[in-house]
Amino acid sequence: MVDVLVIGGGNAALCAALMAKEAGASVLLLEAAPKEWRGGNSSHTRNIRAMHDEPQDVMLEAYSEEEYWQDVLKVTSGITDEFLARLVIRASSQCRDWMRHHGVRFQAPLSGTLNLSRTNAFFMGGGKALVNAYYRSAEKLGVGIRYESPVSSVEIQDGKFIAAYIGDERIEAKTCVLAAGGFESNREWLKEAWGTNQYGESPADNFLIRGTRYNKGVLLKQLISLGADSVSDPTQAHMVAVDARAPLYDGGICTRIDAVSFGIVVNKNAQRFSDEGEDFWPKRYAFWGRLVAQQPGQIGYSIIDSKVLGRFMPPVFPGEKADTLAELAIKLGIDPKALQETVKTYNAACRVGTFDHTILDDCHTEGLEPAKTHWALPIDTGPFYGYTVRPGVTFTYLGLKTDETAAVHFNGVSSANLFVAGEMMAGNVLGKGYAAGIGMAIGTAFGRIAGTQAAKAAQILNQSQGAEHATA
Amino acid sequence: MQQLNALVKEANELAIGTPESEADRMLQICNACRYCEGFCAVFPAMTRRIEFTPSVVNYLANLCHNCGACLHACQYAPPHEFGVNIPRVMAQVRKDTYMTYAWPKSFGALYKSNGVVVSVAVSLSIAFFLLLSALLNGSLSSGPLDGNFYAVFSHNTLALMFGAVFGFSILAIAIGLIHFWRGISAGVISASAAAEATHDALTLKYLGGGHGDGCNNEDDAFSLWRKRFHHFTFYGFMLCFAATSVATIYHYFLGLHAPYALNSLPVILGTLGGIGLLIGPAGLLYLNLHRNSEHGDASQKSMDRAFIVLLFMISISGLLLLAYRDTSAMVALLAVHLGFVMGFFLTMPYGKFAHGFYRVAALLKNSIEKRQKNHLQFGAD
Repeated sequence: MVDVLVIGGGNAALCAALMAKEAGASVLLLEAAPKEWRGGNSSHTRNIRAMHDEPQDVMLEAYSEEEYWQDVLKVTSGITDEFLARLVIRASSQCRDWMRHHGVRFQAPLSGTLNLSRTNAFFMGGGKALVNAYYRSAEKLGVGIRYESPVSSVEIQDGKFIAAYIGDERIEAKTCVLAAGGFESNREWLKEAWGTNQYGESPADNFLIRGTRYNKGVLLKQLISLGADSVSDPTQAHMVAVDARAPLYDGGICTRIDAVSFGIVVNKNAQRFSDEGEDFWPKRYAFWGRLVAQQPGQIGYSIIDSKVLGRFMPPVFPGEKADTLAELAIKLGIDPKALQETVKTYNAACRVGTFDHTILDDCHTEGLEPAKTHWALPIDTGPFYGYTVRPGVTFTYLGLKTDETAAVHFNGVSSANLFVAGEMMAGNVLGKGYAAGIGMAIGTAFGRIAGTQAAKAAQILNQSQGAEHATA
Repeated sequence: MQQLNALVKEANELAIGTPESEADRMLQICNACRYCEGFCAVFPAMTRRIEFTPSVVNYLANLCHNCGACLHACQYAPPHEFGVNIPRVMAQVRKDTYMTYAWPKSFGALYKSNGVVVSVAVSLSIAFFLLLSALLNGSLSSGPLDGNFYAVFSHNTLALMFGAVFGFSILAIAIGLIHFWRGISAGVISASAAAEATHDALTLKYLGGGHGDGCNNEDDAFSLWRKRFHHFTFYGFMLCFAATSVATIYHYFLGLHAPYALNSLPVILGTLGGIGLLIGPAGLLYLNLHRNSEHGDASQKSMDRAFIVLLFMISISGLLLLAYRDTSAMVALLAVHLGFVMGFFLTMPYGKFAHGFYRVAALLKNSIEKRQKNHLQFGAD
């Protein structure tokens, strides 16, 4: 029987497996995906948000615990566990050397990422390179790895883990770490959570999944039904406005539409519905998916003119292009008159000061609802471009409640040998909203805690079993 | 105008599925992702653009060192439906570059089945020298000649034959390179750009993987061995070149004629170079045989291997010649060695050898470009 069974194959699972192995436990890791799709959503990530009190290796300036905490507080509107959030923040300052030791490489601040290089450490090559490094290290250390092994259920007795099932196969272990992700690729569950909107539509029908197709939330659902305590709610998720032509799964980073703050976004009635200039795109972009999800037909259109071309990250698919707004509206499939009217009203409301897309500038609208508070330039220079967007779910927040030992709780009592890490518990820290790189910070911190605690619990079990044998 | 548009449309349709159009498609995806920015110069060079014209693709393809890191790190690599494989498409475009810029133009076709071309050139050259020496010498195994090659072929005969072929090959490479340089509109060379490009070429900076751990070969693990074996090959070659140059100076300016003593500068340089050209190509061949099948362009393997094996054969025949130059085997060994060298000279502008020149040109453009202002001002990401 292995000491530690890790269910999942992404960043948190690998951190747990590596820590447990380093602590001397025997470890088996079960990844639902085949090898070429291993790593879950972690393979789509790019960086980790990391606290630091002074310039350090790849980190510029300083990013204090307090500032980091204020950022968490701001994006979550207070739906967070301060104790656990601060635990993650502090852990984020100390994990980079350990990551390097396991082959993860960071890159120096780069052209497009200067604003994030103060707060985030970038993985050389991105999350898939990180996942590859962790798997190589795990194999070298002797962690058992099984691909294409989706766990269908776990056996729990009095809040204790007994065994996991892959179909009919029963795998016993002394302890278990659950790090199997959320439920974003379970369409039925998404539909159930989002229900029917005021237009009689099922919004979740139109969601695209930005990440892995393997996060079905099977164990999350089972654990909650077995009485495990949960956090957050099933409609909360990291949701980005992505190109409507994005693939159903694994569109990742490149399908997001960066043009939003440079123009306006309208719904299928050609009406604006939110402030496109509220904040910088990286800070706000995780909200636009949700905003689009609340619109009729769950569809939006980002409209820009030629003046701003070359100022935002180039989109992966070319947008619709037309010399007039009316022509553009026809190409996009929205009412030309309504779009012209919306743009006319918007243009008239623009108070252009000094345009600067690198700061919160003074270009704004007056007397317009909703306002555009920054970067408000009239849309008047053809050709015009339009991008159709859909809600893209990155990951869900509904998860298992936990504490600083990463233990799963049943009716407020922590399990002695069942631990949770990553997306399955991220909702403890992140009840809603998002700030770039926090997911990896939570996954790394709790993956490492869960692995350590599981190894410890397994050894305690070893010792107590040894004691039983001795007395027998 | 309408006719022109129709022609443009037709040209675009014809281009679908070509390496150039595939590179364009993949680079659009890369440019919207950019996770690989730290690996090598290709990705920062890509971020300076939003369009990937054939000229740009040509430049980026020759800047790519085929290290494989971006493929293993790519979230869009096969089996993802985007099917991004930059090392492969860049290798395909590079082959097109060599063919397009070859001079005379019709000789570019020699790249298509380069392995065969090299084999035939080498076989004919060896046969030629064997027959020639048999003819001049009466036999292939005369008595010991004390290492005096010129007793078999006169110095002037050799200088004329090799000088003419080498001269033509260098001219052909230079013409191709000038056309390539103009095609990628490289700009004005500054001293600092030239110095940086030289450094990057001589250190093979971009086989370091961006983190100094090296590049990929059989899987996602990094290795410095490709870089090291490449260095053995390159510096081995340069030492052999230096040996020949020193010998030429000795001959014409100092009146010192071959054979040279074992402790003379030409022999020491040549021997060290020869050892480098044994270790490097042998290592590169081993790595090439174990290379991940997803890397690069499989159709170019025969070219890569023919070149590697040819360098190895030049070296081993040269070292054997040195070892047995005082024996009756010298005439035959000399003919074989000269045959390999002649085969190499003949195929220089139409084989793997040319890649170094295009790569250095691309590195130089990269160094020039880095020093220019970037006009793209992307949002605060």
